[in-house]
Amino acid sequence: MTQVGRTPRPRQLADQRSYPNRRQIPVTAADLLDRAGALLADGHRLALIAAHDDLDSFRVVYLFTAGQPDRRVELILSTNHARPQIPSLAGLSFPAGRFERELSDLYGIEVLNHPLPQRLVLHQHWPTEWHPMRHDAGAAPAFGSPDEPYPFLTVAGPGVYEIPVGPIHAGLIEPGHFRFSVVGETILKLKARLWFTHKGIEKLAEGRLPADVLPLAERISGDTAVGHALAYCLAIEEARDWPVSGPASILRSVLLELERLYNHIADIGALCNDVGYGIINAHALRIREQLLRLNKQVTGHRLLRGAIVPGGVHLLALPDPAQLSAIAADIQQVVDIALENSVVLDRMTGTAVLSAEQAHDIGTLGYVARASGLRQDARLDHPITLATTAADVPNHSDGDVLARFLTRADEVQASVSLIIELLRTQPPTSADTPKPTWLQAGRISGLGLVEGWRGTIAHRVEMAPDGTVSRLKIVDPSFFNWPALPVALADTIVPDFPLTNKSFNLSYAGNDL
Amino acid sequence: MTPGAMAGVLLQVVLLIAVAPYVVGVMRQVRARLEGRAGAGIGQPWRDLRKQLAKEAISPEGSSWVFTAAPVVLLASTLVIAAVGPFISTASPLDRVADLFAVVALLLLGTVALALAGLDTGTAFGGMGASREITVAALAEPTILLVGFALSARVDSSNLAAIVDRIQDNPAQVLSPASVLAAVALAVVVVAEAGRLPVDNPSTHLELTMIHEAMVLEYSGRDLATIELAAALRLTVLLGLWANLFLPWGVATSASPSALGIGAAVFVGKVAILAVALATAEVFMAKLRLFRVPELLAGSFLFGVLAVSSSFFLA
Repeated sequence: MTQVGRTPRPRQLADQRSYPNRRQIPVTAADLLDRAGALLADGHRLALIAAHDDLDSFRVVYLFTAGQPDRRVELILSTNHARPQIPSLAGLSFPAGRFERELSDLYGIEVLNHPLPQRLVLHQHWPTEWHPMRHDAGAAPAFGSPDEPYPFLTVAGPGVYEIPVGPIHAGLIEPGHFRFSVVGETILKLKARLWFTHKGIEKLAEGRLPADVLPLAERISGDTAVGHALAYCLAIEEARDWPVSGPASILRSVLLELERLYNHIADIGALCNDVGYGIINAHALRIREQLLRLNKQVTGHRLLRGAIVPGGVHLLALPDPAQLSAIAADIQQVVDIALENSVVLDRMTGTAVLSAEQAHDIGTLGYVARASGLRQDARLDHPITLATTAADVPNHSDGDVLARFLTRADEVQASVSLIIELLRTQPPTSADTPKPTWLQAGRISGLGLVEGWRGTIAHRVEMAPDGTVSRLKIVDPSFFNWPALPVALADTIVPDFPLTNKSFNLSYAGNDL
Repeated sequence: MTPGAMAGVLLQVVLLIAVAPYVVGVMRQVRARLEGRAGAGIGQPWRDLRKQLAKEAISPEGSSWVFTAAPVVLLASTLVIAAVGPFISTASPLDRVADLFAVVALLLLGTVALALAGLDTGTAFGGMGASREITVAALAEPTILLVGFALSARVDSSNLAAIVDRIQDNPAQVLSPASVLAAVALAVVVVAEAGRLPVDNPSTHLELTMIHEAMVLEYSGRDLATIELAAALRLTVLLGLWANLFLPWGVATSASPSALGIGAAVFVGKVAILAVALATAEVFMAKLRLFRVPELLAGSFLFGVLAVSSSFFLA
């Protein structure tokens, strides 16, 4: 039994106030594993692990969530500042191991018994003793050892060779480095290296007023402005005990679906383009342009920025249900034409299969999880308005590229139906609830869970007594889904990688933060 | 060699070089219009070439003379085919060189030169592209040879001009089983050799799926222009050969200026029609999974075998 730090008085760890749908449970290092194991066994998933620098100690929050009914449980562990150590949950949960590597890089907290204690976020040229999220981290230091090679696992054997790709790519995509170990054309192993675009967004948020952090949240991943802005606003609203009106939640759900629509149709086109069926992409881009113009009419911004604010939502107009129905029919026709092509079908069927078991163990979210047969959807599990619990979640379970394609195609239709259903309530174009004038004493926290178009987005915010944001933890679904890509690619051929990668379409910016 | 005949050869080479980038331009434009896009216009490949020719060529660190020589070998070997083939006239003074097997060998020479250059760069993509290109070539070349057998069996000569002449004399042969089967087999091979859909996607930016483009990733400036011109010329030559072997009408049989003029105009027309037809067909096609390409080429090989058998048994 390892003695981990000194045991603090448990009651200090939780916030002074309580929250209607979130339980905070102070734990000690000794009973963390038992508690976490019990929650996981009870159908919870690990949604995030966030560390906090409380000057004299580090506080680590483990958030577990479960849906239907909505349950949110936080285990809170403290460790001393001089020699911070926490036990690893990697044996219980794969994503936990990655969160622990992240906080070990950013806070310098030692994770005991971690199976893979390598650095994750910070590349090797950063000095190992510099931990940017600590309160006394200071300015970025000079690079330490820029030429030190990354310890790629090498695969040896007759005919095995390596293909390094990126971080600069031939197309206009974000930076990531992929190292393929290949025999002939078959992929034996793929290692993806990310965090080339780590911008320190969580650090940038600290010490700012909530309204000033909103533009930052909207820009975490350019194609997920609504998802991240909404998750952030929900977190702020929970922290400030700031309930929003029913119509505001309806309008927010509409915006979320509009974002899903324009991204899914782009993916449908891009998947066909990657198999050389360019005409589908041309039409998908035509439809996407219609949706972007609709976005502009509705919010004044083609990518839906600026509409969601803490306490409410501001629209210029409501979308026209008839136009959305026409677009949905158009998209269905494009999808049908694509699937009538036997070569397109052949390229997608059985390519890069992610089994349900793998998808569950890795903790995948969004369409990646749903294409492998998991029913994972925050609109049902953590609804912001009861109307979204009627959302039609597609039922595919093959876990191949085709399943991910069809999941998107089905979600497009479900989204349009949902928007039309939401608009039936005849919401006003804007809804606002004034900010509460009083601020609770002590530290307050809030949580936002939103089904963005890629999957469940989580924002956990903490506010200082002066009303500024003292900590913002952001989790994009891409953080959970990236490790699934190499798993799905085992035994796939190299020329099918771009297609598979597109079928996952993970965000680098949302992952790297 | 008479001055008139020399002029004929010169005209043919100049015409093919001038037309080749436009063939690529027409194919891109047709595709763009069918997809509902405006397109860059058919002159864009020429504008690209002019731009690239004015830029310096950069060789990757550690590459050898193979890398710098490959574009020249590729272009030169294609130019030889452009000079000797019966594209405008069958009365060429270089007639004796225009052997079907020589043409196949010249095509392969260019392919091998580029594959070696891809390996010479030492990058993973160059090697990957070279490996795939040679795989495709190894499967496509036997089909060309079989088609050659099928077509030359009737003429008792593998001379291209002789084959073209003979069909012009006996138009009914165009519809003979041997000819039709050979036309199908050769069409597939033309698509594979020219790196078009469904074998290769010339417009992809995805480095991991490329065949031809992966080999030339490291080229820039003048060298890239040379390769682009050679690739366009290869496509034109292949389309022209296919057109004249199976639809030989209009090819000049003498070296008179009027015959050459008609021959040139007819050639441009035929290649344009084929380019439009190929581009139109490509719009409805997706790229095959790499491991399905051998099945396609095996199918074309089978057509070649049938063409040879029928040319013997049904002649």
